[in-house]
Amino acid sequence: MTGFLAIFRRLEGPQTVGRGPAFWGLFALVLAAALAYPLFSDGYTVGNTVYFFVWVFIALSLCLIWGYGGSLSFGQTAFFGIAGYGYGVLTINFGSAYGFTLLALVIAVAIAALFAVLLGYFMFFGRIAGVFLGIVTLAVTLMLERFMAQTAGPEWHIGSARLNGFNGMSAMPPLTIPWPGEPIVLFADIGLYYLVLGLLVFVYLALRILMNSSFGNVIVAIRENPERAEMLGYDIRKYQLITFVIGAALAGLSGVLYTVWGQYITPSSMGMTAAALPLIWVAVGGRSDLTSTVIGTLVVLAAFQALTIYGSQYALVFMGVLLVLTVLIAPNGLVLGVMNWLGRIAARFTQRAG
Amino acid sequence: MDIATHVFSALYQFGDAFAFLVLSACGLAVIFGMMGVINLAHGEFIMCGAYVTAATVHAGLPLPLGILAGTLVSALVGVVVELAVIRHLYDRPLDTIVATWGLSLIATQGTLIMVGSTMAGVGTPFGSFQVGDYSYSIYRIVLFCAALGVLAALYALFNWTRFGVLARATIQVPHMAAALGVDTRLIYSLTFACGAGLAGLAGGLYAPTMTLVPTMGATFIMEAFVTVVIGGADVFLGTAPAGGVLAVVKSVMTSWQGQLFGQIGLLVAVIIVVRVLPKGISGFVLRERT
Repeated sequence: MTGFLAIFRRLEGPQTVGRGPAFWGLFALVLAAALAYPLFSDGYTVGNTVYFFVWVFIALSLCLIWGYGGSLSFGQTAFFGIAGYGYGVLTINFGSAYGFTLLALVIAVAIAALFAVLLGYFMFFGRIAGVFLGIVTLAVTLMLERFMAQTAGPEWHIGSARLNGFNGMSAMPPLTIPWPGEPIVLFADIGLYYLVLGLLVFVYLALRILMNSSFGNVIVAIRENPERAEMLGYDIRKYQLITFVIGAALAGLSGVLYTVWGQYITPSSMGMTAAALPLIWVAVGGRSDLTSTVIGTLVVLAAFQALTIYGSQYALVFMGVLLVLTVLIAPNGLVLGVMNWLGRIAARFTQRAG
Repeated sequence: MDIATHVFSALYQFGDAFAFLVLSACGLAVIFGMMGVINLAHGEFIMCGAYVTAATVHAGLPLPLGILAGTLVSALVGVVVELAVIRHLYDRPLDTIVATWGLSLIATQGTLIMVGSTMAGVGTPFGSFQVGDYSYSIYRIVLFCAALGVLAALYALFNWTRFGVLARATIQVPHMAAALGVDTRLIYSLTFACGAGLAGLAGGLYAPTMTLVPTMGATFIMEAFVTVVIGGADVFLGTAPAGGVLAVVKSVMTSWQGQLFGQIGLLVAVIIVVRVLPKGISGFVLRERT
């Protein structure tokens, strides 16, 4: 029982911003608002919000690998795509009966993680670090996109699932929960909303616990100084590989949920632009903190969608400018900067009161 | 079909692949080798060179002058980018990647908005010649010679000129070079301009052979990265031999299974080489030497 409670004590710690009753009060308030939100909104808007939430997982994966681990990976969209295609192939072949879609979700994420184990082994045990890691992961991602884009012919199929080249796969069944009588089909509105929201809260809290545990501290130590961490006796390759695989699984989860949400997946979801966007969200939000990554992702996504109304080409230029300016002016991220500022004000306020 | 034509065909494909790898990689390799900066906007500098070349040729200038114009404009853009962005990030190599990626996004989309989704190309000059049953483009031979010429010119630049000596001094121990009176900032600017110009040259040279679209940089970038990763930080000990090795892999895989498998072969080669030689070929050679 005490061990169980000790886990919850890890919810706050040196690696995550936000602590104390004020933060968790705000968290509960936001969660309550998120839970109540579908009651006051229409199905389309709720579905759109699900779309935003889906991307938060891949942003969190990048936050974990890049922000906490210090290894810049451009390959998150590769895992996103692998898991998305994996879900499509599995469900088109085996259908959605007996809750198989949920199993397909797990298998698809596992495939992405397995791929990450393979790739990560070669990279981390070959001691690639820094800029090379970015290049190799980017090359893998672009390669996968090119490979999937040329699978248009009928000879490219897995079981009864055609890969369809550049147009991508579509019409896979949505997530279905087996239920006595009538199975519950989670279309891209309220049903899927609560599932994704639940997953999001779970992943967010679990990552907070993970990062404040001794594992998370070692990961941050490796980011700060790999040699020092190694001299202290940690096998940094293993820690980096594990972080990479967890990140890949999260990116994969994002991919499956995206596929479930729109019931399609295309090769361009692994392309250059697709790979750049998570990087922008995370960099603008504040890559070294989970909370600011979540907030940053949602804010930038909403801004991007608002701009897209005026032309998606201009929106992308704007995103590029935003990224360059963030790197130059606020390298730790805008949201994190604001949060630290608020934290300092709050601290001063409590000091004066006490 | 006798043996000689087969050999010629294999050699031609090797030369074609070698030229493509070396030309697309050397700009990236100069910037990475000298400054430790990976320029993710490399493909966009290539695109810039190709577009300027095409525009000048449409304006009535001959192709060689167009290629020269493409090279110079890219180098100028390189100076501007270095002054505005890269200069502030030398102590943060990961952030340079991110920032140059932002630049690449801006350049691709900006070109799309301003020039449109495609630009009229330039015809391939020189025609073709016949060996055995196949005809070969003479221009591809020119490209191969250009690749060799670029390598030779770079060797001369970094070994025989004052700039080359200062640049190599700056790379080895930057603060020592600065203490001896070298303007290291200027050296970095010029090196970056040199890399950008080489990218523009690659774009100009390949402009007659491909369709000009804003995303054309992406066709070069993977090959360029792969060559630099395998080659390591040194242009002559790294990029050139890496180009040779990868050209064999690529041309064999391409003639066996097609273009895509040529690229997959490159990628697999990279992942394996990186596992065995983490510092690339040049790192391996230099370690053996000392």
